[in-house]
Amino acid sequence: MHYLLNHLPTAWTLTVIHLRLSLLPVLAGLVIALPWGVLAWRSAPLRRLTTVIASVVFTIPSLALFVVLPLIIPTRILDEANVLVALTLYTSALLVRAVLEALDAVPAQVRDAASAVGYRPITRLIKVELPLSIPVLVAGLRVVVVTNISMVSVGAVIGIGGLGTWFTEGYQANKSDQIVAGIIAIFAVAVVIDVALMLVGRFATPWTRASRVSRPGRRLLTAPVVGGSR
Amino acid sequence: MNFLTQALTYLTTASNWFGPVGLGARVLEHLEYTAAAVVVSALIAIPVGMIVGHTGRGTLVVVSLVNALRALPTLGVLLLAVLLWGLGLVPPIVALMLLGIPPLLAGTYAGIAAVDRTVVDAARSMGMTELRVLLRVEVPNALPLIVGGLRTATLQVVATATVAAYASLGGLGRYLIDGIKVRQFHIALVGALMVALLALILDGVLAFAVWASAPGTGRLRRSPHVQASISAEPSPNVDP
Amino acid sequence: MISFHDVHKVYADGTVAVDRLNLDVPEGTLTVFVGPSGCGKTTSMRMINRMAEPTSGTVVVDGADVATVDPVRLRLGIGYVIQGAGLMPHQRVIDNVATVPVLKGQSRRAARKAAYTVLERVGLDAKLAGRYPAQLSGGEQQRVGVARALAADPPILLMDEPFSAVDPIVRHELQREILRLQAELHKTIVFVTHDIDEAVRLADRVAIFGPGGSLQQYEEPARLLSRPANDFVARMIGAGRGYRWLQFLDATQLPVHDIRQFTVATVADAQLGDDWALVVKPDGLPLGWIDAGGVLKHRTGASLLDSITSVGALFRPGANLSRALDAALSSPTGMGVAVDEAGKVTGGVRAADVLAALESHWRD
Repeated sequence: MHYLLNHLPTAWTLTVIHLRLSLLPVLAGLVIALPWGVLAWRSAPLRRLTTVIASVVFTIPSLALFVVLPLIIPTRILDEANVLVALTLYTSALLVRAVLEALDAVPAQVRDAASAVGYRPITRLIKVELPLSIPVLVAGLRVVVVTNISMVSVGAVIGIGGLGTWFTEGYQANKSDQIVAGIIAIFAVAVVIDVALMLVGRFATPWTRASRVSRPGRRLLTAPVVGGSR
Repeated sequence: MNFLTQALTYLTTASNWFGPVGLGARVLEHLEYTAAAVVVSALIAIPVGMIVGHTGRGTLVVVSLVNALRALPTLGVLLLAVLLWGLGLVPPIVALMLLGIPPLLAGTYAGIAAVDRTVVDAARSMGMTELRVLLRVEVPNALPLIVGGLRTATLQVVATATVAAYASLGGLGRYLIDGIKVRQFHIALVGALMVALLALILDGVLAFAVWASAPGTGRLRRSPHVQASISAEPSPNVDP
Repeated sequence: MISFHDVHKVYADGTVAVDRLNLDVPEGTLTVFVGPSGCGKTTSMRMINRMAEPTSGTVVVDGADVATVDPVRLRLGIGYVIQGAGLMPHQRVIDNVATVPVLKGQSRRAARKAAYTVLERVGLDAKLAGRYPAQLSGGEQQRVGVARALAADPPILLMDEPFSAVDPIVRHELQREILRLQAELHKTIVFVTHDIDEAVRLADRVAIFGPGGSLQQYEEPARLLSRPANDFVARMIGAGRGYRWLQFLDATQLPVHDIRQFTVATVADAQLGDDWALVVKPDGLPLGWIDAGGVLKHRTGASLLDSITSVGALFRPGANLSRALDAALSSPTGMGVAVDEAGKVTGGVRAADVLAALESHWRD
C-alpha cells in the first residue's frame, strides 16, 4: 500500500497506458462486432461461419497472438500497434459472440408481436431488438473489459507496458510490496470500470428496474458464456 | 517469413521433442499446470455454484466475488506467490485458480438456476430430498452450461499457464519468454504455435463435451441398467 | 371484407396446415375460428396480415390480394392481439398503446394524448399509463394489448387466443368488454380460440376447423348448436350442446306465475303449510325463500338471513330460455324468480314452461 501511495505519479502514467491498451481494443471491438453480430444474427449461414471464425480467434492465447501477428502485419512484437491490433481481433471475436447471445435473449413472442403490429424489420431491430438485448450485452461487455485489463498485465512478461511492469520489476528486485501495489491498482481500476459499466447498463434499461415481481436472487444469476482464452 | 520457416523447421526436428527440456516435456508440464489448476478450481467452484444455484441464496455475494476474482491480475498474483512461497507447483496453481474459478462458478450457478422451476417443483413434490433434486434433476439439466464453464476455464488457464515460465517454471511459456529474451523470435513462435494448437485441441474436445451433455438428447449413452428399467414393466419400487 | 379463396398451406414435410380454405368474413362482424390444437385456425388468421403465407390460393382483404400489398402497410392497418399480450417490455404502457400511430407518422405527443382515450375505452385507469408491462397483472396486460390494437382505429382486428392466459373471472369480463366494444365500433373481427363456449358467446359466425386444417362448418352459433354438420363438430361442441343452444331461444313469451310473497316485516306471522314463500325486501328486491321450518326458526330468535334459503339465479327481462331454465333449476322450489329492470320481483317461471316453449319451437 505504501508503495502505491509513494509512487502515485508513476501509477497514473502506467494506468493511462494500461487503460489505453485494454480499453481501446474494446471500443474498436464493439465497433466491429455490433454490425457484424447483427448481420450474422439475421443470416444463418453467416452466423455459422462467424461462430467458427470467432471460436478459433479467441481460442488462440493472446500472448501467442502478439508473437504471431508480426508475421502478418508489418509490426514488431512490442509495438503498441501490434498489441492493439491483436487485442482488437481478440475482443471482436468475444464480442461478436456476446452480441449474438444478447440478440438471442430477446423473447420470440415480443419479436413476433412487433412485426405483427407493423414494425419494419430495420425499425424493429433498432427500436425493439437492440434495446432489449442491452442487459445481456452489457453483462458480456463487463466480462470482456475486466479480463482485458487483467490480461494486459500478463503482457508484461514479454515486455508490454502498463501496470504489469510493476509485477515484473517487483519480481526481479524481490520487492513484494511493489507487486502488491500493482495488484491493488489493477484491481481498483477494473472494479471501478466494471461498476461504471453496470451503472450505464442500468441507466439504459429503466424497465428492468421497475419490476413489481421482485426476486433479485434469481435475476442476478445469468452468466454470459463469453470468455475465451487469455 | 524467415521466422515462420525457422519455427516450422524446429517443430519438425524430432530431436527437439525429446529430452527433459524438449517440446514433449514442456507440453506435458503445461498440461500438468493446466489440469491441476482446473481440477482445483472445479473442486471449489462447482460445489459452491451448485449450492448458490439451488438455494438462490448468497447470489449477491457470489456474483460480486466472481467479478472481483476476474479483476485480479494473474501475473501479479503468480509472482507474489513465488516471492512468498518459492518456486514450485503452488504459485502457478493459486494464480491460475483465480482465472479458473469465475467461469466455472458462473457456469454452474447460472446453469442450475436456469433449470425450469416447475421441473424442480415436480421433483420435490415426488418426495425427493433436496440433495437428490440437485444431483438428479438440476445437474443433468444444467450440464451444458457447467461443461461450458469448464471449457472457458480450461481455455483461459491453458493460455495463461504460459506465464508460469516467467517465474522460472516450465511449460510452453518457456519458449515464448526465452525466445523473446534472447531475441530468437522463431523460438517464441514455436511456443506461440504450440500453445495455440494445444488450446484449439482442448477447445475442440470440450466443445464436443458441451454438445454431448445436452439433456434429453440421448447423446450420452446411459448405462444398460437404466435402459432396462425403462423398458421393463413399471415396478412399484421405482428408484427415486 | 376478408375472404379466403382456395387457400392451401403445406409444410416441407408434407403436413397440411390449412386445407383449401374458402371463407368470407363480412364487414362489421365478429367471426370466431375455433378448433383443437394444430387445426390451422391460427395459421389461417395469420395469413390475413401476412404473418404466414399460403402455399397456394389468395387471401383478399378489403378488395386487395394481400400478397400484392406491402406487408408493413397491411399490418399497420390491421389490429393484432395475441395471447400474453406481446407488449414491448421496455416501453411504458402509454407508449405501447401509441405504437401504431407513431409508426404511421403521428407525433409522439399527439399519439400519447390519443392513447389515453383508448386506455379508458378498454376500461383501464389512466394512472397505469406510466408503468411498464411487467408491473401490470395478466388481465391488465391483455387490455393494454387490445388498446394497442385499437389505437390507430383499424377496420380489422385479429385476436389470437387473447383471453386464454387469464383466469375465468377476468376472461368473462374481457369477453363482455369485447362485446361492448364491438357494439360501439362495429369492426371486422377474426377471433381464434379453442374454447367453444367463448366462440358461441362472442361470435356472429363460428368457423370450426378440424384436423388437417379443414373447415368443418361455418355458421351462426344458434344453427351450429342445433345442426352440427358432422360428428367432429358435434364432439367439438361436446355434451351440453343442447343446453348451450337454449341461450339462443327467446323467453319473452314465458308465462310468469304468481308467487306467495311476504315482506321482511310480515314473514314472522306467516302460516305456511308445505309450501315455500318468497321473502321480499321493502324495495321489492327478493331476499330469499322460506318454508315453515324457517319461519319457526325465525320466530324463536334466529335472524332472518339464517332462516332463509338463497333465491338462486334470477330471470331478468330480455333473457333467454337458458337463463329461465337456470333460474328454475337453481331455486329450491323449482320456481325461478323473475324480476323487472329495477330488480323487483314480478313473479315466477317454471321449468315445465321452458320445456313447453321448446316443444312449440320444434313444432314450428
